[in-house]
Amino acid sequence: MTYQFQWSVLWSGQSGSWLLQGVLTTLGISALAWVLAAALGILSGALRTVPWRSLRAAASFYVEFFRNVPLLVWMFFWYFGVPPLLPRPAQEWLFNHGAEFWAGTFALGVYHGARMSEVIRSGIQSIPRTQFEASVAMGLTTFQAYRLVIVPIALRLIVPPATNESLNLLKNSSVALTISVAELTFQTRQIETYTAKAIEALTAGTLIYLVLCVSIASVMGWVERRVRIPGLIARGG
Amino acid sequence: MSEPVIEFEAVDKWFGQLHVLRAIDLVVAAGEVVVVCGPSGSGKSTLIRCVNGLEAIQGGELRVLGESLTRPGVSMPALRTRVGMVFQSFNLFPHMTALENVMLAPVRVKGLGRAEAERAARALLERVRIPDKAEAYPANLSGGQQQRVAIARALAMQPRIMLFDEPTSALDPEMINEVLDVMTDLAREGMTMMVVSHEMGFARRVAHRVVFMDGGSIVEEAAPEAFFAAAKSDRAKEFLSKILTH
Repeated sequence: MTYQFQWSVLWSGQSGSWLLQGVLTTLGISALAWVLAAALGILSGALRTVPWRSLRAAASFYVEFFRNVPLLVWMFFWYFGVPPLLPRPAQEWLFNHGAEFWAGTFALGVYHGARMSEVIRSGIQSIPRTQFEASVAMGLTTFQAYRLVIVPIALRLIVPPATNESLNLLKNSSVALTISVAELTFQTRQIETYTAKAIEALTAGTLIYLVLCVSIASVMGWVERRVRIPGLIARGG
Repeated sequence: MSEPVIEFEAVDKWFGQLHVLRAIDLVVAAGEVVVVCGPSGSGKSTLIRCVNGLEAIQGGELRVLGESLTRPGVSMPALRTRVGMVFQSFNLFPHMTALENVMLAPVRVKGLGRAEAERAARALLERVRIPDKAEAYPANLSGGQQQRVAIARALAMQPRIMLFDEPTSALDPEMINEVLDVMTDLAREGMTMMVVSHEMGFARRVAHRVVFMDGGSIVEEAAPEAFFAAAKSDRAKEFLSKILTH
């Protein structure tokens, strides 16, 4: 028996709109989670280098706790575990407004924030201490020194590994199908279920992920060139 | 003698077990230029880093511009706006142009408008004789130019005291004078300066007083003529013989 390819399943019936919905959901959940991850990553990455032990400890706890539990467990935790802890009106609002989407966003955001944190910390720790001293010596507070000097330099240094993390985040958004977020992988499974054409459906999904990721990588490459620090070794892209 | 602006009273400092400053007594008056010299590891950099609180002291008292640095609740950022510092390794911010480096603190700390801060910054770059490098990034400046931008950056907050931590040690010989010239101008204008340096020509011409340190103590302090002509201590004589014979 030979497999009969039937590529038209991808644009006949509802497949096209399913795929489009899937792409939009994947982009939506990934973008929101990325913002959360970047904020948590910058905050905790910076806090791990400050002169106050208790802040460092809190940031270390966040990183170790959230990066060392599987993403899948976090998905279940935020979807099944957290809502019952919320006040009644919040629960109702959540379940009327796509609880699985928000649970998925939080799971992805806090998990990748913990990973992003380490990337940002390594950027900060590659900056000579004297840059910090020069900042505070002119009257900046420690917070201002981080906000205006240390973090902006670190962010310029970490674009390549941060791109890696961002692509991982986008691809890991597929795990959200386990809590029935109708993202891209969910939709390709749906096409497969309805048409029994697994290769076609998965090929479509694969190509779409590839296009999304390559696009993001090239945008980040452009960002990297735009913000690069004069005088440092620069190539790539 | 004019009012004292930096007063060390029996100041002690340790790095762990290491006793790096031992019972330091030193008073610097407004408008005075003090050059601090001594062998490597003698505590001279640590001494001036205490003045703007980059290093904390563990014993004695240190008053800067009348404010005790050991008083609980003293605001270091406020103090540091009045005490400028120039470092051995320049420490310009590499992601900002020369102009942005000079404007940063006036805009962010003093809350100056950008236009006004830019005017002042350009005037300062003029004063350190590199107005044409305002838009250059530090990587595209020579060491001497970077250090002059660093001086302009420190002056941007209109400090009352300037600290220089070996400002010419990282420079190629042909660039040392352009930095020393700017420092000399500053001294002539009446700026209070503490300068850690081995530039004995500068000390001779510009300093009011030379402080010689060894092993964390001030061994000798004297007017430059007296110090160079007839250092009293053997350690200072030995030090001078090492740095002046080549």
